[in-house]
Parts: sequence; C-alpha cells; structure tokens
Amino acid sequence: MHKQRRRWEVIAEAAMEVLIRLCGVSAILFILSIFFFVFREGAGFLFGGFDPREFFGSIEWYPTSKTNVRYGALALIAGTASVSLLAMSIAVPFGIGAAIFISEFCGGRLREILKIIIELLAAIPSVVWGFIGLTVMNPIIMRLFDAPIGLNVLNGGIIVALMSSPIIVSISEDALKAVPDTYREAALALGATKWQLIYRVLLPAAKNGLLAAGLLGVGRAVGETMAVLMATGHSINIPHSVMDSVRTLTATIAAELGEAPVHSEHYQVLFIIGILLFSITFVINLTADLVVRGIRGR
Amino acid sequence: MLKSALTGVAILSLFITGCSRRKEVQKTIIQNTGSDTMVNLAQAWAEEYTRVAPLVSVEVSGGGSGTGIAALIAGTVDIANCSRVIEPEEIERAKKTTRKEPREFLAGYDALAVFVHKDNPLEEITLEQLAEIFGEGGKIERWSQLGVRIPGARDEIVRISRQSNSGTYVYFRDAVLGGRDFKLGSRDMHGSKDCVELISKTPGAIGYSGMGYVTPGVKALRVAKKAGETAYPPTVENTLNQNYPIARPLLLYVLGEPSGETKKYLDWVLSDAGQKIVEQTGYVPVRPVSQS
Repeated sequence: MHKQRRRWEVIAEAAMEVLIRLCGVSAILFILSIFFFVFREGAGFLFGGFDPREFFGSIEWYPTSKTNVRYGALALIAGTASVSLLAMSIAVPFGIGAAIFISEFCGGRLREILKIIIELLAAIPSVVWGFIGLTVMNPIIMRLFDAPIGLNVLNGGIIVALMSSPIIVSISEDALKAVPDTYREAALALGATKWQLIYRVLLPAAKNGLLAAGLLGVGRAVGETMAVLMATGHSINIPHSVMDSVRTLTATIAAELGEAPVHSEHYQVLFIIGILLFSITFVINLTADLVVRGIRGR
Repeated sequence: MLKSALTGVAILSLFITGCSRRKEVQKTIIQNTGSDTMVNLAQAWAEEYTRVAPLVSVEVSGGGSGTGIAALIAGTVDIANCSRVIEPEEIERAKKTTRKEPREFLAGYDALAVFVHKDNPLEEITLEQLAEIFGEGGKIERWSQLGVRIPGARDEIVRISRQSNSGTYVYFRDAVLGGRDFKLGSRDMHGSKDCVELISKTPGAIGYSGMGYVTPGVKALRVAKKAGETAYPPTVENTLNQNYPIARPLLLYVLGEPSGETKKYLDWVLSDAGQKIVEQTGYVPVRPVSQS
C-alpha cells in the first residue's frame, strides 16, 4: 500500500513537470504560430501585386471602390502615430509622476489604495473607454475648443493615455522600487532635499526601467483598437492639428475584416496591416526587454 | 492528488449531464444576420414571431449587409438581411461554397434619409449637391456654398458616412455618387444609429441613414432629383409612388428553396402581420397594409 502510493507520487511528479514545461514552451509556440498565420494570410498579396510605394506613400484608402481600388495606408499610419504620440506625451509624464508619488511620498495605506485604483483603471474594458470618448468627451471638446466635431486626435489621445497609464505607473513604480535604499540614504546623508534625491539620484538610477515603461505604454497605445475606433472619428485624414479626425491601423482592420471576402486582395491587405502592427509592437517590446535587461545586467 | 482528480472528473461529468438534460426542450433556432439598417426591423419581427411560434427562436445580429452575405456564402446563417441587391460575384461564390443558389425575398422598402442637425436652416437638397458634398473631387465643402449659416457652428461641412461594408454606404455610392468613390475625410460610423446620434450632437454635420432612424435631434431634408424639380420628404407615400429619389429594397436572402421553419418564418414576414411591423418600425411595406 505504502509502496504503491510512492509510485503514484513519482508518476504524478513527473507528469506535472512535463505539464508545466509544456505551459512554458506553449507561449513561444503560440507567438510563432500567430506570426506564421498572420504572415501566411497576407503573403499572397505581399509578394504578388503589393505596391509598397502606394501603401506607405498614399493616403488614398479605397479598398471597396467600384472604379479604382487603392490601398494607400499613409493616413492610417499617420493616424496611429498621432494618437500614440499624443497619448504618450500625456501618459508618460503623468504615469512617471504618479509612480514617484506612490513609491516615494505616500505611506502604506494610501499607497495600497492608489495601487488598487490604478489597477482598476486597467480593468475597464476598451469599449467602455470608447463609449466615454463618444458620448462624454465629444461634446466637451466641441464646447471647449469650438471644434466642428469632438471625435479627433485629442479625444483618442486622452482616452488611450488613460488606458495605457496603469501599465506605465506599475512598471515605473517597480523600477523606482528596484533602486537600492542605500542610494536614498546616501543622498539624504549628503544633505540632498527630496527633490534633489528624486531628480539627481532616483531618476538616473531607474532610467532604464522608466524607458521600458514608456515603451510598453507605446505598445499598448499602438495596439489599442476599439476605443480609438469610437473616439477618433474614423476618418481618413492626415492630421494637421489635434482637432482633426483620424483613422488608425487597428481600427481599419476591426471595421473592415468582417466584410472582406476571405483571401481577396482587400483581406490580404488587412493582414499586411496586421504584419506591420505586429512588427511595430514586436520591435517596441523587444527594445523594452533589452532595456530592462540592461538594468539587470549591471 | 488522485482524489482531487477524481472529484474533478465527477464534477465535470455532472456538468456535462446537466447540460445535456437542458437540451430536451427542443427549440428551433433560425440564424439571421446582416444589414445594420434592417437590424431593428429584424429584431421586431423576431420578437413578434415568438408569440406566433413559441418554439422557434430567431437570432438576429447586425454587422452590415456585406457581413450577412459573407455569412450566407460561408453557410453559417439561415437568412441574410441585405439592404442592397446581391452582386453576381457573390452569387457565384455562394454557389461554389454551398452548391446552392441564393434566393431573394423582397420584405419592404427603405427611403434613405439625408439628415442634418435640427438647428440647420437647410430644408432641401438635390442629388447633385449631395454628390458634390460626398463624392471624390466634389466642390462643396462649406455650408455657405449651399446658402445657409448654422447658428453656433463653423462653416465647414462635417460629413458623416458609414463603414465600407454597410449596404447603406454601397447604396448611397451607387445611387447618389453614381458609383464614384467617396471623398476622403468623412467620419465613418459603424451603424445607422451611431451615425444619426453623431449628427444630432454636431451642428455642422450632414449624413445619411434609413428613414426609420430619425430622432428628435436631427432633421430629414427634402430631396430633389435635380435643381428646379420638386423636393420630396422621405415618407411611406413618397417611397411607394417613387417620388422620393433615393429609396431601396430591403431584401432577405436564403440558400436554395426555403423549407421547414425558415419557410414558415419567411411566409409570416411577408404576410400582413409581418408587413405591419415593417410599417411600425418606420420602413415602407411591400404593399399598403390595412390598419386594423
């Protein structure tokens, strides 16, 4: 009896080990197969008939035209870039500021409450953010800025900034926490004020982590779909100011993939946009990862 | 370890048998997808039909006419709603994948209303002016070119359009722009309701949607074929006597000859009871329905 139980334990142990190993490997497997799938769907057109000069150089996006089909994605790229840029210029200073406050200034109780609330911000579904953009921010922007319409880069940028700030806050806070306390003690012992401590000691020491936080925020902003679809006006346009409506790469895929006949040119071009997005976020995440590794390596 | 695994299996099997027991009440489900213009109508039909045939449940979803036809081609729906006529190429594809020919049923008409904000003083518009506003290369960009000033808004015309898989979009392109493309830079909304909602919040906006989507915040313009001709408001009467220039059929597509519950449902939709609902939801029935 006793012996049998031992044997069971050995088998169970081995089985669990295999299972856990499989879980670990599966992440790589999934990423590779997603990339393979997206690439395969777009490959047919990418290597036959795809005109990169039109795709990257023209704003004329007419995938379902009856007379002259054109696939110029420049306006979509500009739309994604403008929304992400605005979102980051709002979210990065605020996010890092919030992280400094949480890690350096506030006491245990307040810190826990703040962290929970910020995490709650991350739990709000994307479509709810979009809804806020459409129904709350739209009239406010119209009234405040006397704009003809409130669905524009500013609206989308603010919404995406709010969506990506939780990730920026939590990674920045981790980075600040990783700075050894001896640094703080040394600075204070030398007579530094709190401001000097943060500006001269903590920020330089946590530089890489903060950069990684910003980059991951960018990745989040570039990939955001539903909220920007609703808040930016979904209008093909090179923005000249934050008051212009735009359309992003992700929103275009979301709006058009459902209808595009499978394996048609339009469908494949949407997958090429997917490849482009995948490459952008891959490069951003890789850079962020290398930067973080930079801190650990030291 | 073993014990917990056994408990897991026991719970799982309970769950499975529990599910299968619920299936004993047999309900026929009719899948119905497609046109966003028709989604309110289709839902009203489906709701009323549960009273006629309690054991049949019609599951309605929107997404656009193109989405409905795509689902029909894939064979995943029983009935596709479509606010434009199916393209010959789509019929070919459906035949190839399902080996059945799509059958068409005319279920009503919709007048495509041109909406502006309720404070806009403009009352009527011609098809040519619409083409100049919405069409690629069109010259009209400002309200002053149409001779109006909108209180509390800029002169710029804010064009509200639809996403490119919408039957409304395709119909507007074919009927108003004559098949030419839209001017870039319109705000493309993802549904008739969103479109009207946005117009009601934007003083300088103009857009188009099915006449059933009219709300107190917007005004439907009278539309004339040409400058100098009489402009007609989008009403049931003007649609049936073809005075209103942009009205289109509301169609239902099925694969092959309909049978069973789907056939019964279609018959009911085309009967007086179904057609009365067409009128109640703000569209135009195929024939005048006696009010009783």
